[in-house]
Amino acid sequence: MYVAVKGGERAIDNAHAWLAEERRGDLGVAELSVAQIRAQLTLAVNRVMAEGSLFDPDLAALAIKQARGDLIEAIFLIRAYRTTLPRLGASCPVDTAKMAVIRRISATFKDLPGGQVLGPTFDYTHRLLDFKLAAEGEAIIAPTAPAAMEAVPHVMAMLDRDGMIEPEAFGNALPPDLTRAPLELPASRALRLQAITRGDEGFILSMAYSTQRGYGRTHAFVGELRIGVVAVEMDIPELGFAVEIGEIELTECETVNQFKGSKTEPPQFTRGYGLVFGQTERKAIAMSLVDRSLRWAELGEDYTGAPAQDEEFVLMHADNVQATGFLEHIKLPHYVDFQSELELVRRLRAEVFASREAAE
Amino acid sequence: MTAHHDATLADSYNFAYLDEQTKRMIRRAILKGVAVPGYQVPFASREMPMPYGWGTGGVQVTAACLTPDDRLKVIDQGADDTTNAVSIRKFFQRTAGVAVTESTVEATLIQTRHRIPESALTAGQILVYQVPIPEPLRFLEPRETETRKMHELEEYGLIHVKLYEDIARHGTIATAYAYPVKVEGRYVMDPSPIPKFDNPKLSNSPALQLFGAGREQRIYALPPFTHVVSLDFDDHPFEASKAPHDCDLCGASDSYLDEVITDDQGGRMFVCSDTDFCRVRQEAGHLGAMAVPNLAGSA
Repeated sequence: MYVAVKGGERAIDNAHAWLAEERRGDLGVAELSVAQIRAQLTLAVNRVMAEGSLFDPDLAALAIKQARGDLIEAIFLIRAYRTTLPRLGASCPVDTAKMAVIRRISATFKDLPGGQVLGPTFDYTHRLLDFKLAAEGEAIIAPTAPAAMEAVPHVMAMLDRDGMIEPEAFGNALPPDLTRAPLELPASRALRLQAITRGDEGFILSMAYSTQRGYGRTHAFVGELRIGVVAVEMDIPELGFAVEIGEIELTECETVNQFKGSKTEPPQFTRGYGLVFGQTERKAIAMSLVDRSLRWAELGEDYTGAPAQDEEFVLMHADNVQATGFLEHIKLPHYVDFQSELELVRRLRAEVFASREAAE
Repeated sequence: MTAHHDATLADSYNFAYLDEQTKRMIRRAILKGVAVPGYQVPFASREMPMPYGWGTGGVQVTAACLTPDDRLKVIDQGADDTTNAVSIRKFFQRTAGVAVTESTVEATLIQTRHRIPESALTAGQILVYQVPIPEPLRFLEPRETETRKMHELEEYGLIHVKLYEDIARHGTIATAYAYPVKVEGRYVMDPSPIPKFDNPKLSNSPALQLFGAGREQRIYALPPFTHVVSLDFDDHPFEASKAPHDCDLCGASDSYLDEVITDDQGGRMFVCSDTDFCRVRQEAGHLGAMAVPNLAGSA
């Protein structure tokens, strides 16, 4: 005897309870604190802030804890929270030339004003598992030197002075806000950069990688990669001047790209730009390659059909919260649609068999 | 604990979750949609606390339409008790505190996924559809920039060619759900993945029908008494098909049926996908071939 399945509500409540229990895991192991995640899983926190489009390390750490370490789920939690926040206003553009850098490297010049600063990088570590970490190691204190008060000018500004790199138009126009207006194509460069900086790291990485392997060529050199803290300032109308309201950590990557010139542009180097919350250098480098690749039209280059040149393809598929939602929704009930397909296929099969019989 | 949690959740968010500015933006898109039936209006879809693909478009449209006096019904696959319908209904109970019902006739606003209720809708009711891919031309042309142009120019040859190719290959139009329609002789529209059995109910309905696609950032509408035609050919007219059975619980011969597998020996039964419709009929004494009389009415 068939009785329709009921009790969806109780099933959901029980599933949530089970999930919470699984999240906490073995009670014999100390609970992970949000402060620990914030302090010790900083690169995960940075990714969640970058793709969640919200600079708040505490909330990002909380989201990672709640999401059991699933970073896309954590990004989703942050996005859903962010969307409810009131917009108080827009800050002034941050001045990355005044960044207090912890890392600053150029692949195009051996030495330059401000120097090369390696900073806390994995670059030259040997990827050998450090078993000392398994037995809670003692604190490592890195040697320090007094901060150089020297200015750290952008490499691009130096190339710009010689006319070797395409000039960047300066403007104070308020960029469009991807989260407040539907994305319409073609998109401006500002809007593209906005979409890419919050796009999925893996997707942007693979898109950038594809341009290096020949699906559209970017010929990129890292002119400069810098990581550090910048001040966020906001104009307060009542005061008539800008006030510093806080500081954020950013990774900025500017690539220099070979360009032989086109019908409209002289031979010069061209720019690719990446700017991402937190210490997120893989993402920033990838972003600058994808940015450059998407600029083919304005530079008068040929469209070769490469995926990374295709603005609609890149922008419509870069968001992991959208992608994972639509991908995973196919596990929701579809039995009405499936039923209609079942009947269609049954009918088509019946017709095929009937015509075969008639032929025999 | 749960009660306390619900109270804080309701207190910390605006009525029906979305802030008033966002609702106003959505209402503008809805009004534009109503003014241009079948046209997909871009809107600044928000990130909702449920995933894209779970009905975020429908939820935003519902949130923008709900008033405290509304009586909400939520169905998924025609049923009120499927998990996602339960989850969305609970969301609005928490954030809007509105009355809910499983009765199609008592509801003022119905949010649906994949079905149109069997009982005819009435004036004053709003039916909100959850839409995954709002673009009826999407699988013929993947580029949004292209399909928008095709709608602009009323260039619908491609979709007729597709239907024709179906007939040439299979002898019939091989689209069973999300069957494209033409609205008031102008826009070709995706009716969301409802079975084509439901298509005739789209036309001339006294209710307002709203379609929300969250991830794709589109809203469109069919105002009451809009003329909607399922695409077809004179010699291959549209046919609203269903399983050739009666409901095994209520005996209905005119409702859309789900096939339920009852054992691993090929045993199966057919039951109404619209659970409210089926329940009302059973309570009125209609019994199907496999109904147990004493159970009827108590479910």
